[in-house]
Amino acid sequence: MPNPTDGLKRTPLYDLHVGLGARMVEFAGYAMPVQYPAGVLKEHLHTREKAGLFDVSHMGQAFLSGENPAKALEWLTPADVVGLKEGMQRYGLLLTGQGTIKDDFMFSRLLGEGALYLVVNAGTKDGDFAYIADKLNGKATLEPRPDRALLALQGPAAAAVLERHSHGIDSLTFMKVVRCMVAGAPAIVSRSGYTGEDGFVISVEAIHAERVARALLREPEVMPIGLGARDSLRLEAGLCLYGHDIDETTDPVEANLVWSIAKRRKIDKDFLAAEAIMDKVFNGTARKRVGIRADGRQPAREGAEIADKSGTIIGKVTSGGFGPTLNAPVAMGYVDIAHATDKTEIDLIVRGKPLPARVTAMPFVPHRYRRAI
Amino acid sequence: MTDVRYTDQHEWVRVEGDVATIGITKYAAEKLGDVVFVELPEAGRKIGAGGEAAVVESVKAASDVYAPVSGEVTASNEAIVANPEKVNDDPEGDSWFFKLKLSDTGELAKLMTADDYAKFVQGL
Repeated sequence: MPNPTDGLKRTPLYDLHVGLGARMVEFAGYAMPVQYPAGVLKEHLHTREKAGLFDVSHMGQAFLSGENPAKALEWLTPADVVGLKEGMQRYGLLLTGQGTIKDDFMFSRLLGEGALYLVVNAGTKDGDFAYIADKLNGKATLEPRPDRALLALQGPAAAAVLERHSHGIDSLTFMKVVRCMVAGAPAIVSRSGYTGEDGFVISVEAIHAERVARALLREPEVMPIGLGARDSLRLEAGLCLYGHDIDETTDPVEANLVWSIAKRRKIDKDFLAAEAIMDKVFNGTARKRVGIRADGRQPAREGAEIADKSGTIIGKVTSGGFGPTLNAPVAMGYVDIAHATDKTEIDLIVRGKPLPARVTAMPFVPHRYRRAI
Repeated sequence: MTDVRYTDQHEWVRVEGDVATIGITKYAAEKLGDVVFVELPEAGRKIGAGGEAAVVESVKAASDVYAPVSGEVTASNEAIVANPEKVNDDPEGDSWFFKLKLSDTGELAKLMTADDYAKFVQGL
């Protein structure tokens, strides 16, 4: 039988996935586990109940160094990079020259280190790294780190599990980041993730990745989780998937990500396409990204059209599927601004038929981050 | 005797007299993963061989179920509409989709036997 993932890039955990019986698929040029024998539904529910381990080594990791890498990076993102305290991580948007979204990413300032640590999306990493290096040429130096693997441990039991392998890690609160040892391997650990649950993202050198993953998987609370459940978890949490909910045709305002633009940055307007973006902040956009819940159990998938109650097409679903925790379908998409208000009655067009639905505030499942008190 | 035949779209059809019971194969159920929604045809509807008859959606994907043979729908399995996860439990038994009164029993000969289907799946 031909292996559909032959010839693709592999993460350091490829053999582990295959050994666990994962179904491997192509994602962003990598052979990745879409699910393990337990299946998407059980993997999803297990992550919300206990803890799930995700291989996200395909994502792009890099360090940005220089005289003032934070100041340099602020040209490409409207986030507050300069004001980020040591030991903290933040979410940011990487902008195009037109003020649309080139990518979304995380950036951290590690304790006592001048360089910033960046994590970008897998499918966009080569383009992002070339873009950042080019735009910041002479002001900062980007060093991609393909020699590092990335694991996410997510769920209410994640802290108790990781504490056994990294003593003291539970003192970290949401969006804090630290260098520490995990299962004997030097790591960069942040208390974050993309499931809406409490949890950690763990960066280790590739050579240590399998040992760290196996140590965590040996814990009774932990189950390996594939891309299928990763997608349903982030969708229930109302989080954007780059290339679907946001891309180079969407801007930060219509994507409802204005919260990621810092107040100081709005005043100073010292980033790419700042005038265009600030015009949208003040004057609004024609459409907006919203959450959608439908009656019944039939999911509306990406690409499904959205209609108002008179049948006029007002938008399109950008992510849609079944939410196992809600035991109901969930979606997000863009609708014209007149229909973007919470609780607006709409129809999703599925197989030519209107499916009654309504605009719904996100997250669909409440976030359970361990915030500082 | 009952004869079970298969299609390359992974439906099975079990014939008793002039009534065909139709469902999706174990292979299809495993490929789809956890089924969360099923839509079945209403009784009385006439469907031609290869026509769209039902919809099955899993957490991951949506899929059409086609009528392997022509006929008139006589029943649909409401149990899998109420509890779609049953499709994964017993796809080739209790979790049948719908029944058809055959309009042409000769169409059955065009479908795969169990051996043919097993070979077909192995080659996928």
